[in-house]
Amino acid sequence: MSAGGRAIPLSRREFIAVSMSAAGGLMVSLCPARWAGAAAGTADTPGAAEAGRLGAFVRIEPDGRIVIGARGCEIGQGVRTSLPMLIAEELDVPWSAVTVEQLPYGLVASGEAPGFKSLYGPQGAGGSTSIPDGWGELRQAGARARWLLIQAAAESWREPAARLSTHAAQVVHADGRTLSYAQLAQRAAGLTPPAGDVPLKERGAYRIIGQPTRVADARDIVIGSAGFGLDGSVPGMLTALIARCPYFDGSVAELDDTQARRVPGVRQVFPIPGPRAGAPIERNLAAGVAVVAEDFWSARRGREALRITWKPAAGAADSSASLEARALAALARPGTIAREDGDVAAARRGAARVVQATYTEPLLAHATMEPPHALLDLTGTRALLIASLQSPGGASRMISDMTGLARPDIEIRLPRVGGGFGRRLQNDFVAEAVLVAQQARAPVKVVWTREDDLRNDFYRPFGVHRLSATLDAQGRVTGWEHRVAATARKYRAAGMEDEPEWIGCVDRDGFPAGCVANYRAEFLPVELDLARGWWRAPLPTFVAFPVEAFLDEVAHAAGQDPLALRLGLLGAPRELSYRDHGGPEFHTGRLAQVLRRAAREIGYGRKLPPRHGIGLAGHFTHGGYAAHAIEVAVTEQGGLSVVRCVCAADVGEIVNPLGLDAQFMGGTIDGLSTALNLQITVKEGRIEQSNFPDYPLLRMAAAPEVEVHLIESQLPPSGAGEMGIPTVAPALVNAIFAATGRRLRRLPIGDQISA
Amino acid sequence: MAIELTLNQRPVSFAGDPGMPLLWYLRDHARLTGTKFGCGIGYCGACTVHLDQVAVRACVTPMNSVAGRTVTTIEGLARGSTLHPVQQAWIDEDVAQCGYCQAGQIMAAVDLLRRKPQPSDADIATLTNLCRCGTYPRIRRAIRRAAARLNGERA
Repeated sequence: MSAGGRAIPLSRREFIAVSMSAAGGLMVSLCPARWAGAAAGTADTPGAAEAGRLGAFVRIEPDGRIVIGARGCEIGQGVRTSLPMLIAEELDVPWSAVTVEQLPYGLVASGEAPGFKSLYGPQGAGGSTSIPDGWGELRQAGARARWLLIQAAAESWREPAARLSTHAAQVVHADGRTLSYAQLAQRAAGLTPPAGDVPLKERGAYRIIGQPTRVADARDIVIGSAGFGLDGSVPGMLTALIARCPYFDGSVAELDDTQARRVPGVRQVFPIPGPRAGAPIERNLAAGVAVVAEDFWSARRGREALRITWKPAAGAADSSASLEARALAALARPGTIAREDGDVAAARRGAARVVQATYTEPLLAHATMEPPHALLDLTGTRALLIASLQSPGGASRMISDMTGLARPDIEIRLPRVGGGFGRRLQNDFVAEAVLVAQQARAPVKVVWTREDDLRNDFYRPFGVHRLSATLDAQGRVTGWEHRVAATARKYRAAGMEDEPEWIGCVDRDGFPAGCVANYRAEFLPVELDLARGWWRAPLPTFVAFPVEAFLDEVAHAAGQDPLALRLGLLGAPRELSYRDHGGPEFHTGRLAQVLRRAAREIGYGRKLPPRHGIGLAGHFTHGGYAAHAIEVAVTEQGGLSVVRCVCAADVGEIVNPLGLDAQFMGGTIDGLSTALNLQITVKEGRIEQSNFPDYPLLRMAAAPEVEVHLIESQLPPSGAGEMGIPTVAPALVNAIFAATGRRLRRLPIGDQISA
Repeated sequence: MAIELTLNQRPVSFAGDPGMPLLWYLRDHARLTGTKFGCGIGYCGACTVHLDQVAVRACVTPMNSVAGRTVTTIEGLARGSTLHPVQQAWIDEDVAQCGYCQAGQIMAAVDLLRRKPQPSDADIATLTNLCRCGTYPRIRRAIRRAAARLNGERA
């Protein structure tokens, strides 16, 4: 889901602005026509000046260096590499000649409402949308730059452009003459850009798209100079830690900061407000006390020296145990129908057999390796934000709303981001930086500790899923009902008022919807006082576990093979309507194909050693298709090991196979880590977990090799950052069932097998 | 009294709180931000550096324990523009996703290869650095690649 990820309503009428860079090279940027001047840095707004320095997708220096701007937030999904690849392909330059430059958030002033425009198009990271968003427009950006270079050569040679082609950063005449892009850059910069779209390469002519391509800035990473958000600094910067109220909606009852103020290096201590009780969480998550100091260590010592009495709010006695009891109770009542086909009740009356099971999933924290933080320098008329973000547009709006600054006066840099997973679609930490910087009257970097992070998250919803399926006398599935009692995703969520109650919790059109005549999906909200957010493949991860595990149960009840049952339900390859993120259609044949491929690669159906088992799961996620086949071995004592782990994926046209392999490998390990051990629990109104020892991410010793198989496709690409995770947990519990006959219906798996 | 140490082959001096963890000295005072903050309790390994050529977790290593000693950070691993074989292997195997934990992973791997020039899978499995992106399989490959190159250089 890309909530918050898309910042600006963008006109799709864009054109290439061309201008000379300071070094005399060609700069080409994809931007609205009226930004031709601004992109060149000729406009006198500071935002435009910043854009002039970095603000173009393509810049060809006189020395032949080809500089391509990367517009996205690089959170580990590889966009700093894959998006420039799209441009370089159509520019027709060797990838080895390309220098990738990260672009800042490109919002500049405009004479027209709303007073600003985007230079670069979508820059957020959410919902696996970067590649599908960039597929058309970034290739056009490269192609238009190439078009200009050809025109420049045509003028230079006084030859028709039709007789010219390009190859490896050169324009080539039919008679064999060549001019390098570097030689042409200055002339090309003075030409009028093409009025409309220019033709793109034939697929067979690709030289970069489809080639395994390493992370563009890998060298910076391995020498420690990559520059993550937390590494930012500005002169005179102070560091702030915030002691946040551990009770949701709670506040500071009493504060004694005497000792904290005595800590050397501590400059200021002051309370900051939290959200209004019961109101949408639009800014920061919690009331607290900020300690502003010369460096992290003095801020931390100062925070430890605070004496605070917290005033809890209504939820102070609540717990995960009572939440689960409420969810089970809720399932006894009718809920909100998200989709209903046919007549589930009639199917039940006519059924030869009814299968029913209840699945439970915990709250999850994001636990990005780089904790949340934000460095904000407010100068009165300007703001500079350096932070690891997924939604720079949201951050821009947040700062503008809180300071009154016009959005073009807010400069946002986009450093490398130490993991996102959806956490940074929220900008609560940016709101904190505004509150602290306003009061401190100095540039301040708000830094979170790991404890702050695990206890102040927008958690993946908790849910209890009750599934039932009806079978006829031949074992065919005649009805399917999926009832979800969950902490509503939209609870207290700002800007989601118009969304349906069940958003993020019910996958109304997900398989097997549309494949079973009688179908019902239903939602029952249960409340617990904490904030919820998007967590990597939010809805698919939440629903694939119960649905894909229950499909296995149904298959066994029907006396069918689990793969055969799935393929039978998917039926003939066809498109079904899918109204939520990743739609508008879901192709049954593509899901069947990844399931078959994963099964084939693992040798599904072969004879296995005792206490080994293979489990399968497939899912449609954000426009892509993935399946896992996992082989496990379980000892008599319940010791679980993953013997093989196969992932098959169809994400359309393959842009960077090496990057895709990384995403599916990483998604798989993230899925195992989460399914095995991760959960957030609440006791007496407070989050119980505090740091990695009680939120134990998988380590090297438990990480299997992952065999990734990508389906060749000529369909437009989907993204890939999220498709690798949803099917891991169900494939794993299906494998455990196959090995042991024990059906696990609760995550995390923890010690359930040995228990 | 100031604490004297050798940092990436240069003598440096620190006159602040002797209880300050090395991590925060590196990041906030020496302005070497390649060493990362992940947990603050010595668990995740994002802050791994070398103290007298042995991997330590800088977030739980107080400055008064490094007096007179030699600290190497990720910034001090390469020799000029020539990368350490482990750094090069990390590029060759395309290990990094978000990249945040990788400085610590590399420092831990260099330490492992000093102790175990031909590490078995079990040796590699003793590494406890966390990676939230799940790059472990490529880390294993990079370590094996670096080991092969280092052993070739020694031969």
